[in-house]
Amino acid sequence: MNQITNFTKGFIKDNPVFVLLLGLCPTLGVTTTAINGIGMGLATTFVLVMSNLVVSLIKNAVPDKVRIPAFIVIIASFVTIVELTMQAFTPALFEALGLFIPLIVVNCIVLGRAEAFASKNSIGSSIIDGLGMGLGFAFALGLLGAVREILGSGAILGFKFIDGDGMLVFVLAPGAFIALGYLIAIMNKFKKA
Amino acid sequence: MAKKESSFVNMVVTLFVITIVAALALGGVYNVTKEPIAIAKRLKIERAIGEVLPEFDSIIETKILPEGGRDSLTFYEATKQGEMVGTAVRTYTDEGFSGRFWIMVGFVDGDIISGTSVLEHKETPGLGDKMEKKKSFNKKTGKSWSDQFNGKNPMDFTLKVTKDGGDVDAITAATISSRAFCDAAQRAYDELKNQEKLD
Repeated sequence: MNQITNFTKGFIKDNPVFVLLLGLCPTLGVTTTAINGIGMGLATTFVLVMSNLVVSLIKNAVPDKVRIPAFIVIIASFVTIVELTMQAFTPALFEALGLFIPLIVVNCIVLGRAEAFASKNSIGSSIIDGLGMGLGFAFALGLLGAVREILGSGAILGFKFIDGDGMLVFVLAPGAFIALGYLIAIMNKFKKA
Repeated sequence: MAKKESSFVNMVVTLFVITIVAALALGGVYNVTKEPIAIAKRLKIERAIGEVLPEFDSIIETKILPEGGRDSLTFYEATKQGEMVGTAVRTYTDEGFSGRFWIMVGFVDGDIISGTSVLEHKETPGLGDKMEKKKSFNKKTGKSWSDQFNGKNPMDFTLKVTKDGGDVDAITAATISSRAFCDAAQRAYDELKNQEKLD
């Protein structure tokens, strides 16, 4: 597989949210605004790239039977690093994402990529895979966040373009499912065409 | 390099090394970020105090556990050039629609509410979160829901929603959140009075 398709598969063909449907808990939880979605996506991207890099580096040194605990420790360490760094330098974003940052540890995409890709491929491909998957995730979350923000609050990236409130349901959990469902349908159509 | 065999020694050594390296890395990051995190938290508190009190230049912090309370309130006595400006109280309620939330209430001239600000909450977006200043800001009147508390003395301004016989206009469709907000403010006021008596 060449490196370009390796990178771009995360956006459309194997998009973690729209196609693989992985990591739905943060997807539905944080995407009340586009900024939150993108922030969450970028935090996950960092964890994905770093854990893919490390897992691919040590893939031969880790005995098969303990690979999952080893991967989880690596992932959890990077998540904690992200958490502390965000708390220190972007406190506002940290507050908005709150509980969902520690939950990156159990985001299926991160462990999924470590297990399915990084533990079998070279360091270079693993980094590119992590980057593509992570940015694909950020793109999906940003898109879902934008749709929910436009419909739910009548704003985009925090700038209000209508007076008053939007459709409240899109800020709440049911709206997340509805918006995600339609986005998946559109992506499917787009993929076939 | 061939894959390592899953022998007992190999597994123990591998996990040991990984956890040691992870622990060292986290310790390092923690040390680097400790100070910025403390500063960010401090700034947040100071900003919240600034929102509820007039200008000040120094604060004295005391934590007090009210009688029968489940958590302690924090009193911030603000002074400007040695003169008392007012007291900001970090207070909470357990009556919220989604559990406990924290607000800051500022008192000037003894017991007059100078302002309120929501610190952290989990209330429903679009309904209960209108207790946040910027969420309920009305461009026409230039006022937010929580502005109705400003300049009121809880002695003659009953901190209860009108439905319960009080003086507070509840947020539309969020009576529980409004009630909880009043509960938190009342708790701050009661403890403030209590402290005055003790002094």
